[in-house]
Amino acid sequence: MNILVCVKRVPLTGGKITLTEDAQAIQTRHLGFTVSPHEECAAEEAVRLIELHGGQSTVLTLGPAEAEEQLRDMMAIGIDRGIHLITDGGEWDPQATAAAILDAIRSDAEDFDLLLFGNESADAGNYQVAIRVAAALGLPCVNGIKAINIEPHPPHTLRCEQEVAGGRDVYEVPMPSVVSVLEGINLPRYPSVPGRMRAKRKPLVSTEPERPDAQLPMVRLLLPEGSSKQAEVLGSGAEAAPAVVRILQEIGVV
Amino acid sequence: MGVLVFIEDPDDELSQQAVGFAGALAGDAQAIAFDPSEAYAPAAWAQTLVELAGQRSATAVVAPGTDRGNEVLAHVAAKLDQPMAANCVSATPGDPATVVRMRWGGSLLEEAQVHGSPLLLTAAPHAVAPAPIAEVEIITVTDAASPLDRVVRVLERVPAASGGVSLADAEVVVSGGRGVGSAEGFSVIEELAALLGGAVGCSRAVTSAGWRPHSDQVGQTGTKVSPEIYIACGISGATQHMAGCKGAKRLLAINPDGEASIFASADYAVIGDLHEVVPAISTEIRKARGT
Repeated sequence: MNILVCVKRVPLTGGKITLTEDAQAIQTRHLGFTVSPHEECAAEEAVRLIELHGGQSTVLTLGPAEAEEQLRDMMAIGIDRGIHLITDGGEWDPQATAAAILDAIRSDAEDFDLLLFGNESADAGNYQVAIRVAAALGLPCVNGIKAINIEPHPPHTLRCEQEVAGGRDVYEVPMPSVVSVLEGINLPRYPSVPGRMRAKRKPLVSTEPERPDAQLPMVRLLLPEGSSKQAEVLGSGAEAAPAVVRILQEIGVV
Repeated sequence: MGVLVFIEDPDDELSQQAVGFAGALAGDAQAIAFDPSEAYAPAAWAQTLVELAGQRSATAVVAPGTDRGNEVLAHVAAKLDQPMAANCVSATPGDPATVVRMRWGGSLLEEAQVHGSPLLLTAAPHAVAPAPIAEVEIITVTDAASPLDRVVRVLERVPAASGGVSLADAEVVVSGGRGVGSAEGFSVIEELAALLGGAVGCSRAVTSAGWRPHSDQVGQTGTKVSPEIYIACGISGATQHMAGCKGAKRLLAINPDGEASIFASADYAVIGDLHEVVPAISTEIRKARGT
C-alpha cells in the first residue's frame, strides 16, 4: 500500500496571539512551530496503517523552507519519504493550495492508494483542501474521521467512522480514496532519537510551485475584541474553598 | 436572484443562525433541507445544491459552520471551482465580496475578499443571532448526482454507549491541565465533578501525555463546551484550550501562577495549587450538604 499524508506547519501560539505591525501575520519571533494537530494524527495513522498492511508512506507539505523541520519530524515517527513544495512564506488560499498538491501528486512517480489530510488546519481552518484534491482526482472523500480500518482482503475496502451526536456514523469506500481525519483517531508517538537520526537520511524532494492569483485573498488579520475580564479573586489556597462554594450555590449547582 | 441556505434541521440553533446570517446578506433567503429519509452523502447533496443554485440563479449559497455544513459547501465549491469562505462572522456583498471569518477556532479573525459567483459561505457558530425558519423547502438527491458522488454515504449509525454526563452538554465541567501532574492526579478532579453532577474535561497537554482519553479534551481540536460554570484547574489558558471553553457562561480558574493567561478570561480566580484547593472545595460542598 502507498499512502500520502499532507501536513501544514503552524506556530505554537501559547496563551496570547500578537500580530505583526502590518497585521498580515502572527508575530512568531518568540514562537516554536509544529504540525497542525489533526494532520499530526493523519501522519501517525499513515505510519500505523503501513505497519499493519505493509507498503510505503510519503509526507507532503506546502510551506516555507523552514517547514522541512516538520517533514523531518514526521519522517522521525516513521514516514518513509517527503515532498516539499517550497513557498516564500506568504498565504496560499485553499484553491491554490489544492492545485499545488494536485500537481505534486500527478508528477510524483508513486501511485497513492490512500491520501490522508487533517480535517482542517489549525490556523486558516478552511475545511476544503482535501475535498478539492479529491474532486480534481475523481476520488471519493470522507471527512472528519476518527477510525480507519482496512479490509485485509481485496478489494481492501476502507471502513471509516465519524463521531456524531449520539454515536458514530460508518462509511465504506474503495481504494484509492481521500480521507481527512480528526485529532483523537490515535495518540501520536514521540519521535525517538534513532528515529530522528534515520529521518535525516530519508529521501526528500522539493519544488517551488508558482502561486496563482488568490480567489480568497486575506486582507488583514484582526484580534477578536478582548475578553480582558477582571476576574474576582476568591482567595488563595484551600482557604478560598468557602468562597468558591458560595459562588456555586449562587449559580445553583450546589 | 436569491440566497439558498442549506440547513440541517429547522429546529437546530446553528441552522437558524445560518438563516439569520443569510438574511443579513440579502433579504430573500430560502432555507433548504434534505428529506430525512436521505442517507447523508456529502458529494451527492452538494451536486443537488449545485443544480438548484443554477436553476434559481442563486447569488449565494450559505450553510451553518458545522461539520456537515462546511463539508457539503466545500463539495459545492470544488464542483463549481469557486472560492468558499468557512466560518464567517460577517459578510458584505460586492465584487469582490468581503467577509470576516474565524481562524484558530475563533482566537483570531481574518478579513478576506471572496471573488467569483455564487458566493459560498458558512456562518460561524454563535456569531449571528438565529432567525426563525418559517418555511423550509425539502428536497431529495438529484438524478444528476453521479455514481462517484454517491460512493460516500452513511451506511449505519452505531449508537454511543450511554452512561455518564456528556462533556458537550454538561452544566458543570471540571477540567484539569498539565498542573494535575499525572493520570492519578485526576482523582480529585473526578471527585469534584461527581459531587457537582458534572463532567471531567482536560487540556491538550493532558491527552498528549496519555493521562486522559481524547474524548475528555476541551479545545479547538477537542470538544466545545458551554456549561453554566467551567472550573479550570492547573490550566495555563493556551488559545487552543480557550477556543473550546469560551462558550462557558462562567469560568473559575485555579492556578498557582497569578500571571497565567487563563486569568484574563476568568470570572473567578483562586491562586493556589489545585491539589490543595480542589479537595478543600469538595470537603466544603459535603459540609454544606451535611453529608
